[in-house]
Amino acid sequence: MKLTGAQALIKSLEMEKVEVMFGLPGGAILPVYDPIIDSSIRHILVRHEQGAGHMAEGYAHATGRPGVAIVTSGPAATNIVTPLCDAYLDSIPFVCITGQVPYGSIGTDAFQECDTTGITRSVTKHNWLVSKAEDIPLIVREAFHLATTGRPGPVLIDLPKDISNQTMEWYWPTDADVAADLPGYKPNTKGHPKMIQEAAKLIAKAKQPVIYAGGGILKARAAEALRQLVELTGIPVVTTLMARGAFPDSHELCLGMPGMHGNYTAVTAMQRADLLIALGSRFDDRVTGKVGGFAPDAKIIHVDIDPAELGKVRRPDVPIVGDCRLVIEEMVKAVNDTGGSESQADRSAWITQIREWQKDFPLTYDRSGDDGSLKPQMVIETLRDATPDDTVVVSGVGQHQMWTSQYWKVEHPYTWVNSGGLGTMGFAVPAAIGAKVGRPDRMVWAVDGDGCFQMTAQELVTASSERIPVKIAILNNAYLGMVRQWQEMFYEERYSEVYLSPDLPDYVKWAEAMGCVGLRVEHPEEVQPAIDKANSINDRPVVIDFRTDSREKVYPMVPAGASNDEIVVDPSQGEGGR
Amino acid sequence: MASHHILSVLVENRAGVLARVAGLFSQRGYNIYSLAVAPTDDDRFSRITIVVDVESSPLEQITKQLFKLVNVVKITELHPDESVERELMLLTIKAEPGARGQIMELVQVFEGRIVGVGHDQVTVMLAGTPAKLDDFEELLRPYGIDELQRTGRVALPKLERQAPKLRTVKGKVS
Repeated sequence: MKLTGAQALIKSLEMEKVEVMFGLPGGAILPVYDPIIDSSIRHILVRHEQGAGHMAEGYAHATGRPGVAIVTSGPAATNIVTPLCDAYLDSIPFVCITGQVPYGSIGTDAFQECDTTGITRSVTKHNWLVSKAEDIPLIVREAFHLATTGRPGPVLIDLPKDISNQTMEWYWPTDADVAADLPGYKPNTKGHPKMIQEAAKLIAKAKQPVIYAGGGILKARAAEALRQLVELTGIPVVTTLMARGAFPDSHELCLGMPGMHGNYTAVTAMQRADLLIALGSRFDDRVTGKVGGFAPDAKIIHVDIDPAELGKVRRPDVPIVGDCRLVIEEMVKAVNDTGGSESQADRSAWITQIREWQKDFPLTYDRSGDDGSLKPQMVIETLRDATPDDTVVVSGVGQHQMWTSQYWKVEHPYTWVNSGGLGTMGFAVPAAIGAKVGRPDRMVWAVDGDGCFQMTAQELVTASSERIPVKIAILNNAYLGMVRQWQEMFYEERYSEVYLSPDLPDYVKWAEAMGCVGLRVEHPEEVQPAIDKANSINDRPVVIDFRTDSREKVYPMVPAGASNDEIVVDPSQGEGGR
Repeated sequence: MASHHILSVLVENRAGVLARVAGLFSQRGYNIYSLAVAPTDDDRFSRITIVVDVESSPLEQITKQLFKLVNVVKITELHPDESVERELMLLTIKAEPGARGQIMELVQVFEGRIVGVGHDQVTVMLAGTPAKLDDFEELLRPYGIDELQRTGRVALPKLERQAPKLRTVKGKVS
């Protein structure tokens, strides 16, 4: 069967069971858009290529399947660099296809030419510049293989226009073809049995252990294995920003989020731990604070599929390279083989200490409502309580993200979607759209800031026209709130270029102009009715403009560069309670 | 040279691979001291010999990050004491009639070759250990070096009666 390169690309995507792709056509990718008309794959036409990338990411977050975006050359390719970098830092499986000028014109500064593979080299796990149509099926298979195995991540296929028009003889490569063409790619998924034994021994002896669960748990579909390990050993768990939902917040051994804006108990339990069991986490600076002062007395068991993570920041006592699910399952066996829950050290004093911290330093804010202001935390709590517990919640980046992570009770894996490593403002709206496309059965709420919303709001036009009923709660405090908070705390309240105005733009009118329902909430008593109304609308997107108190700050906070021992709790709780 | 290590990196012989390797060093803040690249006897692969400055970051992290590149097939760390290192230098030097004899004598002592002769310059080629090249360069410097080009070193494990101490980094982490 003879196919053009463009037909071969679309057929290869169909072979990879792609059900949806997010994109925007243009000159160099035109040949590929013709066979899309006849394809079973749904194409969602975005309004900006960055939106396509974040939608693909949101889709991948919510479903575990790789997201696919397709855009043209030059400015389209550069517009999608941010989502690629975002996916690279958060290990999101994402296949990006870009058009390129004809092969022979590469290097001539042709119209809409840019060195896409060069520009994206450091933000992709791998990328390809296709040089002949017959390579397309093999490259597509390799792309999906690389994006989804080992440490997942974004990959990019750059396809010159003339290659799309070349004809080739269709074939579909075998696993052996892929392996033969990737001689340097052999991720190690099975942990070393001796190391797992060592880990089980350390676990049994530890008096003050903490499980430090990271995003790798979710990538490896290891939430169930983690629950078994926790219930077998009785060890408390912290879930990082990337691991929210990997272990249910309602579980008595769940301590919640650690790090710069983590809760006091999660942060302090790690500081005082004698053993940290790091599972798919990477000792990010936002978790460790000053590395030299992080968990000073803890031995470290570190499990990660990426060998380079072991010892990158903190040298582990027991390093284990492998897939989190497989390793945790083996760990559970190893713990059982060495006497199971009976052989674990007595940790009652540790648990008692943790309960005291939880009692003395819970997350808190002024709930009195004395000044009539609308507290952002109250909006999140009300929203949380008014939605099903399998609601997918998506956030942007900043104060609203931290409050959502703190106050949303995440009960299920894959219900929390956000931009962790790169901290991409503007992530929430398109990522929520992608998540809703992947999980149409779920309610999807984005909690966004007013600054973030203005970066990518135009994608709500995409949502309206494609009938994707996402719901957006803007916590509109009229500021770039996190920057304001730092300027207040560390720059003597000298506010530099952070004021945004609550009324400009008019978010309600803007939402309506984009085909959404727009609502405004200015007083606490309006919160519940507005959320109820939004929840009742299922035929179009809804945007609620919550006018929140701009003075509100995110606590607790570990100041940048400080040790986690210097955690600052809410002023109402005193001086940190050390 | 105490803080330098030699990595012999077997890579797929494909377009852009050198850029990926070199890009990784700058992206992660590692320093390359020298780099030499050429195809191997198997035309599917090339060998990149990189001398790295390990004061900038630990060698283990460099090799692990390098190995994450999909086109990197194998990484071998060569300890300077247990490997054969060679480098080639071309050097054009001022050679007035009065100095020419002395220069040729030095070239002979170092087993170099004169590969180009001008009216008042000669171009000399010398292959050898990096230290030998350093010595040669130092001895010729007073005559006036006009141009100098070194290749960067290539290396292979030293053959010994007992097995060479060759540490393969690949996949040996856990």
